[in-house]
Amino acid sequence: MSQSKSLFQLQCPMPKFDFDIITLAHGSGGLLTNKLLESGVFDLLQNKELDKHHDGAVLEFNGKVAFSTDSFVVSPIFFPGGDIGDLAINGTVNDVAMCGGIPQYLSLGFIIEEGLPMKEFWDILVSIKYAAAKAGVKIVTGDTKVVDKGKGDKIFINTTGIGKLHPKANIDIHNIIEGDKLIVSDNIATHGTAILSVREGLEFETSIESDTRGLGHITQKVLDKFGTDIHLFRDPTRGGVAATLNEIATEKNLGIVLQDQDLPIDSQVTAACEILGLDPLYSANEGIFMAFVSAEIADAVVELLHTFDESKNAAIIGEVVDDHHQKVLITNPMGGKRVVHMPIGEQLPRIC
Amino acid sequence: MKYLTEYRDPVLAKKVLQEIKTTVTQPWKIMEICGGQTHSLVKNGILSVLPKEITMIHGPGCPVCVTPLHLIDKAIYLAEEKEVILCSFGDMLRVPGSQKSLLEAKANGADVRILYSPLEAVSIAEKNPDKEVVFFAVGFETTAPSNALSVLHAEKLGLKNYSILTSHVLVPPAIAALMEDEESQIDGLLAAGHVCSIMGYWEYFPLVEKYNIPIVITGFEPLDILQGILMTVKQLEAGEARVENQYTRMVKEKGNKSAQDIISQVFATGDQMWRGIGTIPGSGYQLNKEYEHFDADKKFQIQIEKVPENEKCIAGLIMKGIKKPFECSQFGKLCTPQNPLGAPMVSSEGACAAYYNFQSMIKEI
Repeated sequence: MSQSKSLFQLQCPMPKFDFDIITLAHGSGGLLTNKLLESGVFDLLQNKELDKHHDGAVLEFNGKVAFSTDSFVVSPIFFPGGDIGDLAINGTVNDVAMCGGIPQYLSLGFIIEEGLPMKEFWDILVSIKYAAAKAGVKIVTGDTKVVDKGKGDKIFINTTGIGKLHPKANIDIHNIIEGDKLIVSDNIATHGTAILSVREGLEFETSIESDTRGLGHITQKVLDKFGTDIHLFRDPTRGGVAATLNEIATEKNLGIVLQDQDLPIDSQVTAACEILGLDPLYSANEGIFMAFVSAEIADAVVELLHTFDESKNAAIIGEVVDDHHQKVLITNPMGGKRVVHMPIGEQLPRIC
Repeated sequence: MKYLTEYRDPVLAKKVLQEIKTTVTQPWKIMEICGGQTHSLVKNGILSVLPKEITMIHGPGCPVCVTPLHLIDKAIYLAEEKEVILCSFGDMLRVPGSQKSLLEAKANGADVRILYSPLEAVSIAEKNPDKEVVFFAVGFETTAPSNALSVLHAEKLGLKNYSILTSHVLVPPAIAALMEDEESQIDGLLAAGHVCSIMGYWEYFPLVEKYNIPIVITGFEPLDILQGILMTVKQLEAGEARVENQYTRMVKEKGNKSAQDIISQVFATGDQMWRGIGTIPGSGYQLNKEYEHFDADKKFQIQIEKVPENEKCIAGLIMKGIKKPFECSQFGKLCTPQNPLGAPMVSSEGACAAYYNFQSMIKEI
């Protein structure tokens, strides 16, 4: 856990609740719901919109806005480097950022399974507060429901995000052209491997931590400097780099070539993937983005990315070609080639 | 990464590849026995750089592919009807049974868990004394020691609620069966490095003699595989047939004695059914008399109907190297990794999936 996050937790001691666990009554809309919100959620996440305690928030925008939603059902809910709370904030912040938006406001919806320890809920809330503050977004509306034991998996979170569009942004898959370079902002496969390392039955000792983090501040700087030369941003979350690139290649009817040796991967992640028989290209990411950019500016984009700690391993990993349409290929220095297919489902560890 | 990057060195790989090209003078069909090697061939794009004289035949060493349909049905039956906690290696889950896969059984509410080690299943049994826990113990000689160890561990803990559903297959009898097949066209073999790290390679000397075929014990990294191919081609071109060990950093002639002891303590050798191929005498491990109370098949007295394989699937011919996946009328049409008719299309180690991944590229480039 990062130092600043633990500081937040020290500053946010859990208030006294009547129950040690979340019960159905906490989602009933009655007294316990009120208490949970008043002495918990509202206090912790306070801002002028949320403080009105209304059913929704009234926001002011001029011009275009970016808008996105995502639901988070990760298991386990606490994992190395994060938890479902910061994941839910960063995930939606990043979705807005990928549109070329400047993330500003979020909604926050909880579906909690009865029996969740109050302490765990509190820790998640603190993570949410921290991640929102770091990303510069306000949580302005929300909802809490509690379901019967066995009808959920501890806690599910939905967040919806909105923010004004960056004035120089023109992010659109149709802007991609042959010759565009593909940049990845940091090491790939980190989140998926971190989650796997603590999943029941597959646990292995490692110091790999999820890369969950907001990326809005970086994409804004990239757009400030390079504007419309940035043709597309995408964050390769579920299904990893492989799924995202296949979607793009199919949608745009063009080919993408990757260079194996250029993929930035942490050596521990490589080792874990080797042991479990997994391909890092298919592993989930929560704190990186890919950018398709004009070839002329690619090096300069990478240079700029290297000035941020969160993207210090940025690299050009491939390019767009007018060949093998709708297919993603990867080459290696030996001259070997293979197709990077769309993943079929979750990656399953191999027998041997 | 230490001990991996050295074996992926592109400069060295190109050198070996060049040597293969200068050595080969005529067409050779080389079978890599192990699915792990198939996976590496595809992953590293080796098939795309080999000279056209060399045809790689993807052998039956994919544990997922050769586990009998009937056994998958039994695992699903245990999970659904007997409400056991069914633990399995990950890639078994997508393999189609006669009606459904374990993944579908899981989606229907069965308690199916993906594990990396059978010992983890023992600890699940320990934590759930009121539930029966079954480990789906499949694989070659490589996974046999850890599966045997789980039985020994469960016995030591006095667990009555742990058992294994076994389908253990052995490489040397399978090689013999392949060579006996009249349609077989194999000129040389890359033997499975990890199987040999357990069992050694002393069993291959009589095979080489009897069938007059080079066998090279080969590892899994690109340089291992290229070197294994080079050693095989050199023998073939010189008209030789010997056992050679490319994977010397892992494999000794006698193998791993401790692992072999654990295997022989728990298992006995017997006839074994291979999916798509048929029964091969003496090619499997079953729990021996002393440990048969850990046999899930006997414990639950599973009686379910034996359903024949989908007759459109020619997996057996493919695993024997008699037909190429693209010679199958269903390949890439009715049978794809998304909707596999047979097991070789499921695992990335399976011959059909390997071809599906590679073929779709060479057809269009």
